[in-house]
Amino acid sequence: MTFADIQSRAQAAAAPFLDSSQPRILVGASTCGKAAGADDLLAALPTHLKELGLAIEVTQVGCLGLCYAEPLVELRGADRPPLLFNGVTTESLGKILAAYYRDGEPEALATMTDQPCGDTPAFGQLPMLSGQIRVVSRNFGRIDPENIDHYIARSGYAGLARALDMDPEQVIEEVRTSGLRGRGGAGFPAAIKWELCCNEEAGQKYMICNADEGDPGAFMDRSVLESDPHSTLEGMIIGAYAIGASEGYIYVRAEYPLAIERVEKAIAQATEYGLLGDDILGSGFSFHVKIKEGAGAFVCGEETAMLASIEGRRGMPRTRPPFPAQSGLFGKPTNINNVETLANVPVLMEHGGAAFAENGTERSRGTKTFALAGKIARTGLIEVPLGTSLRHIVFDIGGGIPDEKTFKAVQTGGPSGGCIPAELLDLPVDYEHLAEAGAIMGSGGMVVMDEDTCMVDVARYFLEFTQAESCGKCVPCRLGTRQLLLLMNSMARGDSKPGDIDLVLDVAHAVKAGSLCGLGQTAPNPILTTVKYFRDEYESHVKERRCRAHKCEGLLRYAVVADACTGCTACFKACPAEAITGEPRKPHIIDPQKCIRCDACFQVCKFNAITKS
Amino acid sequence: MKRRSKSPVVHLPELDGVLPRYTREESQLIPLLQEIQDTLGYISPEAMQVTARHLNVPESSVYGVVTFYSQFYLTRQGRHKVKVCQGTACHVRGAVEIIRAVSARLGIKPGETTEDFEFSVERVACFGSCALAPVVVIDEKVYGNVTPEMAVRMLDELV
Ligand SMILES: Cc1cc2nc3c(=O)[nH]c(=O)nc-3n(C[C@H](O)[C@H](O)[C@H](O)COP(=O)(O)O)c2cc1C
Ligand code: FES
Repeated sequence: MTFADIQSRAQAAAAPFLDSSQPRILVGASTCGKAAGADDLLAALPTHLKELGLAIEVTQVGCLGLCYAEPLVELRGADRPPLLFNGVTTESLGKILAAYYRDGEPEALATMTDQPCGDTPAFGQLPMLSGQIRVVSRNFGRIDPENIDHYIARSGYAGLARALDMDPEQVIEEVRTSGLRGRGGAGFPAAIKWELCCNEEAGQKYMICNADEGDPGAFMDRSVLESDPHSTLEGMIIGAYAIGASEGYIYVRAEYPLAIERVEKAIAQATEYGLLGDDILGSGFSFHVKIKEGAGAFVCGEETAMLASIEGRRGMPRTRPPFPAQSGLFGKPTNINNVETLANVPVLMEHGGAAFAENGTERSRGTKTFALAGKIARTGLIEVPLGTSLRHIVFDIGGGIPDEKTFKAVQTGGPSGGCIPAELLDLPVDYEHLAEAGAIMGSGGMVVMDEDTCMVDVARYFLEFTQAESCGKCVPCRLGTRQLLLLMNSMARGDSKPGDIDLVLDVAHAVKAGSLCGLGQTAPNPILTTVKYFRDEYESHVKERRCRAHKCEGLLRYAVVADACTGCTACFKACPAEAITGEPRKPHIIDPQKCIRCDACFQVCKFNAITKS
Repeated sequence: MKRRSKSPVVHLPELDGVLPRYTREESQLIPLLQEIQDTLGYISPEAMQVTARHLNVPESSVYGVVTFYSQFYLTRQGRHKVKVCQGTACHVRGAVEIIRAVSARLGIKPGETTEDFEFSVERVACFGSCALAPVVVIDEKVYGNVTPEMAVRMLDELV
């Protein structure tokens, strides 16, 4: 079958779904949708539909990126524009269905067309969508990720078909024109890496997709694999063709079971359609892909550690050269790309590298997805042209800081990155500017922090993470991160010595300079940026033994304000440590010796009778 | 040089259906251990010996891999697995407080199992549901926007 045949067959099969005037119910069912209750909605739908006497098909789709508004349900048909409903619960579901499919006045978040309808804005007009350009996330929430026909009908695999008509060198040239740089962290130009691997003479080469997504606080790659797995798979096949690889691995972290399931299905479907496997689309090119499940080690996201892990050993990085392009998996030339890097490839192959390069800045081309999380009103997954300012991302798209608190910092790049303060909010987000600020772009996690976040605690937190994840192979990282953590712990306990801040900086620079791999080389970044921008917080921990954000355990004490306490016993019931005593209707008392500082009493007290000092 | 396993011959009937599906290559080590853990619930010393013999690798390599990757458990786990996310997004939204409350309620530290094997508590770095932080996963079900008080209540409901 030719690709044109496959396309027209897929278009016919997907037509009823893509026609949004046809009655249909779409439920956003990726991991965050499910965590917010999408599974309960899916279970409740048949009963509700039966009650209303409706026979409407339900389809599970991926993530629209508005995670704060989950669970999201789109209703279609009924002589109305398709409408998107947010925060749907099993209680509200019946009412929404009745209002939409009978003649009620449904209150929706947005219409799923280009046009608003009355007071309801169009999806693209939502504040969260402002300035977004969706390339990688083009199909998110728009297709059933488990249905290859949907992907093909929205021009999927057209990039692969075009690539197979070209020479590998021409494919690489197209990628070079696009200016695509690696989205996994380091920002290395994809074309150069492919070319190096392409030029190696070898019977066997490997193409690996890095889906380890170890940066805690980031979920871009998970969203891609759950919402549109074929885009990464197609990118991988194109890459394999360009470098001449016949086998590939997708290395997915074990914490992502749904992503693994959807990738498995995508591989099976693509193979069935002749888009993967032997003699792809009759081109003579063959490529086979296997999934490798990670086993819980952050360092395995580093490419040489990943190779060791796939080979069945402990994931310890090694020195380069030789680069994986020369000697990688099982000693063969190997190319490793991140999920998002690969998801860009089908688009740039279909429309050409020049069109891709229209977005972004001079040296950072294209768009980038970011995972917005932390103290921000609208959490979710966004995609903007590189060079967009942090202020636009945090305030216009993310809606700023909730609960009338003030912005303190945004953390980019995870444990390898840094904290960017309010003064630098106008910074354009691209590889160069973030590096200048001492942070890194990283894979795209953005964790927003407000006045209640202690920057010493944040730095200590990251150190705890990197120290635990250090593989132990090189001394500067193994011992250096440990010493840094001990120093940070004593600051948090309130027993550090004068001069400790400078000592921390000394050790941090040594770890950075002396470590073998990226983990150790970047582990001090969170400390270095927080000392640079928030030194006063460090000073108050060391000199005054005070944590102004009331976060650091050793400097924190909970007490009951006797005058405000009504003796309602809510705190007494909530305390898991039996640290609170008192009789009903009399002021309660917290035993500081037993208190574990879990904040439960503070959170349940309705009378502001608990203080932190 | 071809290595020869010196591991004693141990027979674990539970693994009779598992082992034959894995070729005798070192690259099968991690997937095999993953399936053994799915079958037995953890990796026992005997399971490591069986694995070493099957793949013809030294027991020390198997032990090295099992202890390197945080996914593998060396001891029997509780009936309910409570995983509290300690990722960045969850951290800034109060994950430490949740782990303190959960530990206090169950009387165990993260990484431990209660004496009656009802509960195990673990800290995990990010489930990728950061938008709903703080996140707790109990027996594979993901809960978002958890408070310390809620977490304790969910545990009490399982008792
Ligand atoms: C400690 C460490 C962890 C890393 N984790 C990841 C990861 O989880 N995902 C990823 O794509 N790249 C990760 N990287 C970067 C990879 O080593 C590599 O640069 C990347 O996969 C290359 O793909 P790209 O060029 O498409 O970005 C990590 C690097 C280091 C040093
Ligand atoms: S930080 Fe907790 S789910 Fe990502």
